[in-house]
Amino acid sequence: MELKTPLAGARGLGSAKSGSGHWWLQRVTAVALVPLSFWFFALMELVFKADYAAITAWINAPLNGACIIAWILAVFYHAALGVQVVIEDYVSGEWQKIVSVWAANLLFFFLGLMALVAVLRIITTG
Amino acid sequence: MVEFVLPKNSRLIEGKTFKAAADAKNIRMFEVYRWDPDTQENPRIDRYEIDMDQCGPMVLDAILKIKNEIDATLTFRRSCREGVCGSCAMNVNGKNTLACTKAIDDYEGTVKIFPLPHMDVVKDLVPDMTHFFAQYASIKPWIETQTPPPADSERLQSKEERAKLDGLYECVLCACCSTSCPSYWWNSDRYLGPAILLQAYRWLADSRDENAGERLEELEDPFKLYRCHTIMNCTDTCPKGLNPAKAIAEVKKQLVQKNLG
Repeated sequence: MELKTPLAGARGLGSAKSGSGHWWLQRVTAVALVPLSFWFFALMELVFKADYAAITAWINAPLNGACIIAWILAVFYHAALGVQVVIEDYVSGEWQKIVSVWAANLLFFFLGLMALVAVLRIITTG
Repeated sequence: MVEFVLPKNSRLIEGKTFKAAADAKNIRMFEVYRWDPDTQENPRIDRYEIDMDQCGPMVLDAILKIKNEIDATLTFRRSCREGVCGSCAMNVNGKNTLACTKAIDDYEGTVKIFPLPHMDVVKDLVPDMTHFFAQYASIKPWIETQTPPPADSERLQSKEERAKLDGLYECVLCACCSTSCPSYWWNSDRYLGPAILLQAYRWLADSRDENAGERLEELEDPFKLYRCHTIMNCTDTCPKGLNPAKAIAEVKKQLVQKNLG
């Protein structure tokens, strides 16, 4: 039996006093990805057209390398933020929600890390 | 998880049909959702033929005619019949609206009338608004000040300051917007929904209120506020022509200013 008042139910555990940063960074990364994606598309074009030496030479140019690394950071962070929102929308069990949010975060962190390692390996080995 | 199909005891069955009088010439069909908690039956759709030559122009007129002349068991809320009380909010032909300000002639063919979507039904067209109004109470919809009121006058507001409440104060809390919002359907236990967030912004926008900081702190929450994904159903459906989506965007802007500005 539950005799809790409707107001107690509505107020719940109170405000988390967070969420603005998440919302704001999702938009900031989205805006950052607009120019950065040009470098990604340029790289994709090279991947399909040029040979390995030409691609590594392209990545070794400081601006290209920096922009690809920035694209990787922005895109995986943006994806993690976005997938978290989708999970929070549709998964209502508390534990399932927490576990899936962290699973998604770790997955995108790992994917981002792999991409970074690959780029850095090209840059450091010349 | 989100439920994609109705539970067994919520599935609709066919109900009764009430024919119009034989001499009626201008007949419109009204299909109305019926559910009685006192029986074990599933909800049903009753069909009423109404002689439009003997009926007022609004959807509420038709419902009142059914109640008064055809089937007294039909249950619904209504009061002012002019769009200021917000009682007769319901879903007509797939869109939430106030039955009293919506003309029957705005629709073609059969008019299908359902209670507000995704709310517990008390009976027929009456949804349970308890949680909705508790959420309203939770945002403290009253002025909060430290400064005592002036001894010899009201708390003053300039015309420009008063103008900031236009588009907000008109809200009658009918819940058409909140119950049209998918985010509110899935997470209404925690998400405040467009109606309550518009009301929250109504107090943030009030120049006489002195508690904006605390109000914003209370709202800053991934669920209370940030379930809004600017779907815009709220603005599309508001029978008063208000823009709750914009009010929510203003709250988000103020939070960015407060926390990150």
